[in-house]
Amino acid sequence: MSTNTAYYIPHKAVWPVLATAGLMLTLAGFANYLNGSSIGPGMMATGFVVFIAMLGAWFALQASESEAGMYNHSVGISYRMGMMWFIFSEVMFFAVFFGALWYTRNISVPWLGESGFLSGPGRSTHDVLWPAYQAVWPTNGPANVGGHFEPMGAFGLPFLNTLLLLSSGVTCTWAHHGLLAKKRDQLMKGLLATVALGFLFVACQAIEYHEAYTEMGLTLGSGVYGSTFFMLTGFHGLHVCIGAIILSVVLFRSWRGHFTPENHFAFEAAAWYWHFVDVVWLGLFIFVYLL
Amino acid sequence: MSAVVAEHDHHDHEHEHHGPEKGILRWIITTNHKDIGTLYLLFALVMFFVGGTMALVIRAELFEPGLQFVDPNFFNSMTTMHALVMVFGAVMPAFVGLANWQIPMMIGAPDMALPRMNNMSFWMLVAGVLLIASTLFMEGGAPAAGWTFYPPLVMQTGKAFPFAIFAVHLLGVSSIMGAINIIATIFNMRAPGMTLMKMPLFVWTWLITAFLLIAIMPVFAGAVTMLLTDRFFNTSFFNAAGGGDPVLYQHIFWFFGHPEVYVMILPTFGVASTIIPVFARKPLFGYSSMVYATAAIAFLSFIVWAHHMYSVGLPIAGELYFMYATMLIAIPTGVKVFNWTATMWKGSMTFETPMLFSIAFVVLFTMGGFTGLMMSVAPVDFQYHDTYFIVAHFHYTLVPASIFILMAAGYFWLPKWTGHMYNERIGKLHFWLSVVSVNILFFPQHFLGLAGMPRRIPDYAVQFADWNMVSSIGAFMYGFSQLLFVYIVIDTIKGGTGEKVTDEVWEDASKHGLEWTLPSPPPYHTFTTPPEIIPTEHVG
Repeated sequence: MSTNTAYYIPHKAVWPVLATAGLMLTLAGFANYLNGSSIGPGMMATGFVVFIAMLGAWFALQASESEAGMYNHSVGISYRMGMMWFIFSEVMFFAVFFGALWYTRNISVPWLGESGFLSGPGRSTHDVLWPAYQAVWPTNGPANVGGHFEPMGAFGLPFLNTLLLLSSGVTCTWAHHGLLAKKRDQLMKGLLATVALGFLFVACQAIEYHEAYTEMGLTLGSGVYGSTFFMLTGFHGLHVCIGAIILSVVLFRSWRGHFTPENHFAFEAAAWYWHFVDVVWLGLFIFVYLL
Repeated sequence: MSAVVAEHDHHDHEHEHHGPEKGILRWIITTNHKDIGTLYLLFALVMFFVGGTMALVIRAELFEPGLQFVDPNFFNSMTTMHALVMVFGAVMPAFVGLANWQIPMMIGAPDMALPRMNNMSFWMLVAGVLLIASTLFMEGGAPAAGWTFYPPLVMQTGKAFPFAIFAVHLLGVSSIMGAINIIATIFNMRAPGMTLMKMPLFVWTWLITAFLLIAIMPVFAGAVTMLLTDRFFNTSFFNAAGGGDPVLYQHIFWFFGHPEVYVMILPTFGVASTIIPVFARKPLFGYSSMVYATAAIAFLSFIVWAHHMYSVGLPIAGELYFMYATMLIAIPTGVKVFNWTATMWKGSMTFETPMLFSIAFVVLFTMGGFTGLMMSVAPVDFQYHDTYFIVAHFHYTLVPASIFILMAAGYFWLPKWTGHMYNERIGKLHFWLSVVSVNILFFPQHFLGLAGMPRRIPDYAVQFADWNMVSSIGAFMYGFSQLLFVYIVIDTIKGGTGEKVTDEVWEDASKHGLEWTLPSPPPYHTFTTPPEIIPTEHVG
């Protein structure tokens, strides 16, 4: 069935439905926690463990099937298309938060700070509620929500992080070249460096957040600047963590001798994801930190 | 067509893994496109009645002025939940079910490209719907701010709030996975010779719909995530005091919401374009223009969102831009209506139940389209906004359009799926009851809206009493008529008229699509080797 003339059809598997149950339990637990219910955290933890265990079992099955040579060229194309469009959906998710930042900076905050005939429809909000408010960026709004804060500068940790992520993109590509040239050593070293740089990035971001909260008065609650800053960089940081975990799995599989120059979908998917995370960071560095 | 093979010729030990499991487990862990399609369709049918029951609660309350049966908060929960259940639980899953059943058969594939993910996306849908349904029993009741979840109103939701948001996340993940699967299937699994411009229109419309879904579901997820953090984590996205703007939510929501309504209508167009040529006994008129029109509608759907927000206080330049951009949609839509009509022109038509529903769709959808055109005019929309006129408009584009076409699809393909013929007399009865009652139900709502009756209101001024009563009578007629469809589905599965249907089912249907060359019912795995001959009917 894994010839190129006949179609390939995978075995049935129990993991997808169990992983779904785990995810549902996690979210129901989180919702209960947010509602202040005491069963929330336990439910959430249980669901999450189930979810991760089932995903792990599912991926292990896929990896062993792949190594057994059960996937033909056509299956590889389907997987690649799947990954490609999954990344596109992630791009759209980040686009919402970038869009919110753009709208706030260019439309709603200027409207809140303007009065007069030519200003936008936010004028009456300005005139009636906050006539003294001047539109500036960064802002925590006319009501000074969250109190005084200092905005995060671009140079310092964020710039260092830019360098870290860009270098990790290079090491990732270097590892790919090693894989294609059958240099197992180069593949392993490149992946190890990529994962290390990724976690270093996350560590730097943790220090940055710590400084923001303890020294700069900048929190998630610091008006719309704090909201956009932490949600954009926070979701990005989460994606860096996920990408680094995926790359760690790929590293482990490389160590176990998986992948050939012809058959290494998991590596490619992880590398694509990593470059996507990289590009998002460049957007963040420009639009959140620099401008 | 003789190249199409039915028997399984597996030449290895995997054979026994590929038949269906025994018992309930078959349905839980299945990766088979037909099983999953059946699950989606049956789930959608159940949800159609759940959502329909909610609609009947609404219409019962509105039968007469005054508060009769339910308290206003519960009434608002019903309008909200009716919409969520119908959109995310009935119409979208029903079309995904049709996609699962039909796309592999139409393009000559054995199954969907990513079968395990296919299983997961169905169960994610169930998980999401369970989560949203559980809110009906929570302190503070189910969400009652409308399916649009506008802040600040939605912030008043009780315990249901985070559950509703996570349900949206699950439904979004489900739709994205389903869409990715459809794209991978269509791009990667077509039989040799099945070029893109030879694909049946149903496949084309689903391909385009899948792109819409991947682009918009993350947007909705982002919007509700901001609601969640605004409520629980002190962010200020939609709070003017902190520099945010509640109107931002509306922009994001409708950037999702407008393409979302086309997610429900584009596959409808695809099914109509499949059924009408079969019963007109002519090839579809203007095949390539249908493809381009679908793509044009999909593109336009991304640049017209603020026509849902004319009365929110947009700058005049914004009102004008969104007004003209919206009017443009009438052009590709008009191309489609013209092509369906031209397909029937001088055809040797017969009027079996699927064709009756399809013709009613062409007529009634056009009416829904025209009221949409009326509301695209920004200054006029100031009068129509948030009245029963908009309720009439979008129900015309959803009930006698999407739902009618789903019914048509059921009658059209059930004989192929089951190998049995449905009862044509009861089918026709179902059609006539539906088409008459749906107009009694929704047509008077135009009058109510133009006279100024607001939507999402449990009570109303006495001058609206007559038409509300008429509308409610139509609603109960329509709702109970749909039980006939349930009867027919069960009856057909159990043997129907007893008449053994041919592979073609409908006269000369095999000229119109690859699925009619397969046995009825088709084998568990559709094509085990790529079929070599493909229809050329659409070319020209």
